[in-house]
Amino acid sequence: MSKDDKILKEFTSKEYEHGWSVDFDVDQAPKGLNEDIVKLISKKKNEPNWLLDWRLKAFSNFKKMKEPNWSNLKIPRINYQDISYYSAPKKKKMLKSMDEVDPELIKTFEKLGISLQEQKRLSGVAVDAVIDSVSIGTTFKDKLSELGIIFCSFSEAVNEHPDLVRKHLGKVVPAKDNYFACLNSAVFSDGSFCYIPKGVRCPMELSTYFRINASNTGQFERTLIVADEGSYVSYLEGCTAPMRDENQLHAAVVEIHAEKDAEVKYSTVQNWYPGDKNGKGGIYNFVTKRGICNGINSKISWTQVETGSAITWKYPSCILKGDNSVGEFYSVAVTNNYQQADTGTKMIHIGKNTRSKIISKGISAGHSQNSYRGHVKVMRRANNSRNFSQCDSLLLGNKCGAHTFPYIDIENKSSMVEHEATTSKIGEDQIFYCLQRGIDEENAIALIVNGYAKEVLKQLPMEFSVEAQKLLSLTLEGSVG
Amino acid sequence: MLEIKNLHASIGNTKILKGLDLTVNSGEVHAIMGPNGSGKSTLASVIAGREDYDVTDGEINFQGNELSDIGPDERAREGIFLAFQYPVEIPGVSTTNFMKTAVNQIRESKGEKPLDAVEFLKLMKEKMKLVNIKQELLSRSINEGFSGGEKKRNEIFQMAMLDPKLSILDETDSGLDIDALKIVSNGVNALKSKENATVVVTHYQRLLDYIVPDFVHVLMDGKIVKSGDKNLALELEEKGYDWIKVKN
Repeated sequence: MSKDDKILKEFTSKEYEHGWSVDFDVDQAPKGLNEDIVKLISKKKNEPNWLLDWRLKAFSNFKKMKEPNWSNLKIPRINYQDISYYSAPKKKKMLKSMDEVDPELIKTFEKLGISLQEQKRLSGVAVDAVIDSVSIGTTFKDKLSELGIIFCSFSEAVNEHPDLVRKHLGKVVPAKDNYFACLNSAVFSDGSFCYIPKGVRCPMELSTYFRINASNTGQFERTLIVADEGSYVSYLEGCTAPMRDENQLHAAVVEIHAEKDAEVKYSTVQNWYPGDKNGKGGIYNFVTKRGICNGINSKISWTQVETGSAITWKYPSCILKGDNSVGEFYSVAVTNNYQQADTGTKMIHIGKNTRSKIISKGISAGHSQNSYRGHVKVMRRANNSRNFSQCDSLLLGNKCGAHTFPYIDIENKSSMVEHEATTSKIGEDQIFYCLQRGIDEENAIALIVNGYAKEVLKQLPMEFSVEAQKLLSLTLEGSVG
Repeated sequence: MLEIKNLHASIGNTKILKGLDLTVNSGEVHAIMGPNGSGKSTLASVIAGREDYDVTDGEINFQGNELSDIGPDERAREGIFLAFQYPVEIPGVSTTNFMKTAVNQIRESKGEKPLDAVEFLKLMKEKMKLVNIKQELLSRSINEGFSGGEKKRNEIFQMAMLDPKLSILDETDSGLDIDALKIVSNGVNALKSKENATVVVTHYQRLLDYIVPDFVHVLMDGKIVKSGDKNLALELEEKGYDWIKVKN
């Protein structure tokens, strides 16, 4: 075995850290997808009729749609009838506070390093914890509400702030936007809702933590963030799942509204179970994330660190409608073993003087395939708009692939678009340089990869930047080619 | 400290070192000179443990241990340092971060506690003076966009940080103007002690005006063909390598 092969072998035997599952009583819907299931979900959540109608309309559209096949992914046939669309830890009564949450659930999150007890929590972060189909609790709700900030589970928002939800739901990602968004619109179960009122700067990070626990279920959450005029919020999403031989489906939708002078920073550390080293199991992660910069001078910034999932299909996008609005996309996507990722962004310039920036860093190892797909569109009226895109790919080993699919549509003569792309391998020279200074191979790769991804990692909130760096190192330990 | 016996090394099917002997004791400075392609840089790489080269015969002993089964990182932790002829760029990794990782991993291997940020900064400040290097340079991605002189100074700065027992300087003078050469040489001289040793690999006598060797060896066709004191370097400078070829 050559040295490279040996290192690659060590690296592919790396295990997923969050692969355990916990037994607790669940209330689970029978497998299958039909109108009755859609109605059942809506009923379980005590939803108003308008929302049920919205779901049913989405479902009837879904039946007419076909799975998209334009991505650079090999997606095995998914049997949508073999999935349970609702699973919730049983609760005995309505909860009044976090103190009443089942200790077993609290322990589950503690095992993930997430404390739901406010006094133990990092004071800078409020968390909404979602297991399978439901939110089990949100911290710091009271403190945030003093500022008029609403941060709660989606189900709660539907009942307590119906007007806000109704006004914004499906406006950025219409129900029939695409196959998976449409499925989500029909069967979504929970997720987070966040509203920042005019002129309020949210004093802490808001965070949703998603955990799939039950088997044979899919997770279909929906997040809606509304930042009113002049407000600011930084939002973080994390996720993990147990190791299971079967593939599990995760089809989420995130919608963001940024009004005049508002800024939303949305960061994701995606660590769904990626499958084993032979490509068995893992999450299919088909996610639609989109934000609209509605007002002038508004800004939406997406940062993602994608290390998990067997298949990732995800394009967090910005519609730059307001004049002078800004869209940003920073991404590190790591694939290993037999993982596949097709990820990137869309920047749609509508308003004048709109600016967008795309920094994408792909890292492929093992037998994985990693694609960047991006679309920059400058509409006719978007005078003096600017885009800068940089897409870099780093290859570890010689069995993986890196691909770049940039699409550029310019309809305005005064605008400017720049695209840069590079592909490189970690050099033996770089590794030897580190070794010669006494740094072992694992640390050398961690150092080089983190250096490569630094531009993106530094966009993450402090607390999570360190986590993300560790995660990158862990995913790529010992991989050189 | 270092004892090399009958060393044979090749890369692919090309034999480069063909029975090389060399002994270096603590407190000594040795210069290895020789024409292009004689195997000088190969010797430096083989001592450091670069795996592109196959050692086909002979042995290298360092402080009583035979090195053949010891990887390059472990050799570095034992105290072997190589100042590279062409230092490598690592984008996004600052020299500070690079050195912090190295210093702490070496400490860890000796069962010592890692240095905290304050202790590390103090150590760095102290060593920066030796080679007249600025903090700003150390905060930049290592070697990226550095001038030739900055790269070499950075190598000697790293040497100062790691405080090795055996330092091998591979063509450290190449690409340096006279001022940079003085700064680098002063750094090397300041680090010299009775406990450590230096092997200077060079083409030209020029460097040896500043780093004065106790021994000079001439490497030709994979072997050391002549050894002497510093006067041998001067003689070489005057008469050229052909002089030795003719004598042999």
